[in-house]
Amino acid sequence: MSEQQAPPPGAAAPVPTRSADPAEHTAGTGGRASQVLREVSTGSLGVTVLAFVLALVIGAVLIIAVDDDVAAAAGYLFARPADFFSAAWSAVADAYSALFRGAVINYRADDLAGVIHPLTETLTAATPLIIAALGVAVGFRAGLFNIGAQGQVIMGATVSGLVGFAWHLPVGIHLVVALLGGVVAGGLWAGIAGFLKARTGAHEVIVTIMLNYVALYLLQYLLTTSLFSTGNQPKSRSVDPSAQLPLLLGDQFRLNAGFLLAILAAVFVWWLMTRSTIGFRFRAVGSNAHAARTAGMSVTATFVLVMVVSGALAGLAGATQVLGTEKFLTDGIAGTLGFDAITVALLGRSKPLGIFLAGLLYGGLNVGGRVMEVSTGTPIDIVLVIQSLVVLFIAAPPLVRAVFRLPSPETKEVAA
Amino acid sequence: MKLELQGITKRFGPLVANDAIDLVVEPGQIHALLGENGAGKSTLMNVLFGLYTADEGTILLDGQERTFRGPRDALAAGIGMVHQHFMLVPVFTVAESVMLGHEDTRGGGFLDLDTARRRVRELSDRFGFGLDPDAVVEDLPVGVQQRVEIVKALAREAKVLILDEPTAVLTPQETDDLIGIMRQLKDAGTSIVFITHKLREVKEVADTITVIRRGAVVGSAQPDASENQLAELMVGREVSLGLDKAPPTLGDVTFVVEGLTVRDSTGHTAVDGVSFSVAQGEILAVAGVQGNGQTELTEAILGVLPADAGSVTLAGRELVGMSPHDILAAGLGFVPEDRKVEGLVLDFTVGENLVLDRYDTAPFARGVGLDLKALRRNAQERIAEYDIRTQGHGQEVGRLSGGNQQKVVVARELSRPLKLFIASQPTRGVDVGSIEFLHRRIVAERDAGTPVIIVSTELDEVAELADRIAVMYEGRIVGIVAGDTPRSVLGLMMAGVPLEEAREQAREDAEPEDGAPGTPVDTGTTSTSATGDEQ
Repeated sequence: MSEQQAPPPGAAAPVPTRSADPAEHTAGTGGRASQVLREVSTGSLGVTVLAFVLALVIGAVLIIAVDDDVAAAAGYLFARPADFFSAAWSAVADAYSALFRGAVINYRADDLAGVIHPLTETLTAATPLIIAALGVAVGFRAGLFNIGAQGQVIMGATVSGLVGFAWHLPVGIHLVVALLGGVVAGGLWAGIAGFLKARTGAHEVIVTIMLNYVALYLLQYLLTTSLFSTGNQPKSRSVDPSAQLPLLLGDQFRLNAGFLLAILAAVFVWWLMTRSTIGFRFRAVGSNAHAARTAGMSVTATFVLVMVVSGALAGLAGATQVLGTEKFLTDGIAGTLGFDAITVALLGRSKPLGIFLAGLLYGGLNVGGRVMEVSTGTPIDIVLVIQSLVVLFIAAPPLVRAVFRLPSPETKEVAA
Repeated sequence: MKLELQGITKRFGPLVANDAIDLVVEPGQIHALLGENGAGKSTLMNVLFGLYTADEGTILLDGQERTFRGPRDALAAGIGMVHQHFMLVPVFTVAESVMLGHEDTRGGGFLDLDTARRRVRELSDRFGFGLDPDAVVEDLPVGVQQRVEIVKALAREAKVLILDEPTAVLTPQETDDLIGIMRQLKDAGTSIVFITHKLREVKEVADTITVIRRGAVVGSAQPDASENQLAELMVGREVSLGLDKAPPTLGDVTFVVEGLTVRDSTGHTAVDGVSFSVAQGEILAVAGVQGNGQTELTEAILGVLPADAGSVTLAGRELVGMSPHDILAAGLGFVPEDRKVEGLVLDFTVGENLVLDRYDTAPFARGVGLDLKALRRNAQERIAEYDIRTQGHGQEVGRLSGGNQQKVVVARELSRPLKLFIASQPTRGVDVGSIEFLHRRIVAERDAGTPVIIVSTELDEVAELADRIAVMYEGRIVGIVAGDTPRSVLGLMMAGVPLEEAREQAREDAEPEDGAPGTPVDTGTTSTSATGDEQ
């Protein structure tokens, strides 16, 4: 991150020439936006951890602020301050321990299944998050901001679901075809944005956002057709058992083979970005499109391919959601997956391992937050705040450094 | 006014940009600050001008200690600075530019432009600047814009004038004019700090020379020191200026450009019907002031910019219409003018950058997989061969010095068999030691029989390398002359004066010696296109 840190005004020896050159082709780098993007996605691990700590602290303050007992104790704060602080402490401790019980291990459960149930739920929730975030990260690394994971997840889920309940194929083949359908649908959907960017220079952020709406309303419409729906409910028929992702731990748990796909996807993205010529090109275009073009790479073709790969992963995420977890389609099939995926990609600093861990964290917070709300009455919105704050702090490393009084990273460039 | 810097230290993190620098500038003296790029000259001047605060050390003006919190303080104290890149508003007139920042107003807050006009005219007449106060800045040539900057400083009664690399953007003639202006200012009692890395200018104009290396003063010299001595001080070891290169052994003419016309992205015709050819084993230098179409010319040859008209043939093959990828594969080695923008992916490793244009071919690619071992082996070989100073092939290229970054680019481009080698500004911002090395490599490539095109705005470099010189002005080739053409003639041509006239004028200026005019070897319009037609 240090090398992207802007030196103090005038510190850099003014680099001659090209800066003032208007010859930025339509396909050129995103300039400032991609700079910020790279800063966020390559931030240091320390900042990430500290950002999380900071977010938990602020979350604690909010928990205290909304807790009734604390409010009561605050009424006579000056008479008996100890009451206030013990109430505050117990509110935070209760809420965060409920969060932990809901997300990781329920140490109060009676049997083993009960103990590990939260963990399996976390893994289940993390599965599509991780896969979709990997897709977003591929875009980030190549300098493209794919905001359209949501739409791509929806398209992937739609086609996977359709294959799952409308076609009746032999066991084994059915699942593979259904998964592939989702992958292709997501890839094509994102490919539209890549193609438009390459051909017309249309910014991928705008196009993908718009395509999100198109995908959502398309699904809503499809759910009213007889092909998808049987009754009056905006809900599709159920996916054939032959197209469902097998459960991993038996009927008691929802954890399914989608999680294995998430692991495979992470390995695949690692290989793609660091061990393949395609990833080499993605990264080169993402870091410096000018240099990539001068070295003979086709920047525009790369944009299309990046979007297709990115969308294909998001489509796979949608497929696991419908074939593994939900088993049927509703217009809420994607939830806020596509947007959470952006956050997870940022949190994981666009690296497969980081995303895997960030996806688990995020899935855990989502699952645990619900338990926290039920058992302590702390609103789940606090979890959303924590999630958002983590990203906010990661996006502003100087802020985190200021809070923890860390030295700023060395300024690399020195004046001539 | 006497200016003294005592023990100025400025750090950026762990990096010491200025290490206890002492400097005394006597009144009415031209004090040259000589050092390579990155030596810390500009940092020191930015400290003096109040842009940075020194970590240690004091600034004395006429024996009194001063602290500057910003440029405003420095200006008020009588210190003016002309930055390497001008700080002018393009759409302002000269008078407006001069009053910017300390606008005079009449009653009611109206700008008092008349006073500013008068002041510009006064200063301009006094020093013979020839400035029209109502001219718009963007219409003025670079050299004149620079005078506007100088007038800006003088209008604020600067007693010490800092000129940061003032000649980098000037034609040789403009440089001569500037040197004249510096002498006049000096006679009028202004002290000048002249920052540069060009030895010739230093020797010509400086009263005393301070040499800075790696942030510290390494010595001072008088202007009668030899260029070699100065270069040694600057680099810290012996360097041989001047390249011994054998006369070229010309082969077939394999690279021909005919009637090439290129528009830049704004639609402006940047290259206008340019024709030339290069033979195997020959170096053609394209000289000219920055921004006269050289960049677009090379980019069109590479295929990054589309050609509007004309043809480019390499070994009988038409390149116009081919993609950069295919053109590179056809045997073009290309060193772009700005290594940080077009040459390197700065956050890629040295090893990755060394295969940036070959990552998808054997031996580096196996199917869609990268062969990391081959990448590493290649990197280790190139690092050894080109003496690239790096902590290893895995280091990010952005962390290398300019000279080593440039070596990475050149190593990459020269490490495959070439049919044509083009290098733009091959040694810009490169330390003297690396310049020598890179020049040798370029000549070696020529001697191996490759046609070579060097685009450079530095006449020293052009003179050093060229077998023939094509001078570009406003998108056209003014003329193609022999490599030993005198600087005076080249300088005039760079300002757009046609060859014959330039030679005439140079002869008049420099009677009687300096009379060996370059022989035109190629008029540039109907060049040998034999190989192109054979196809």
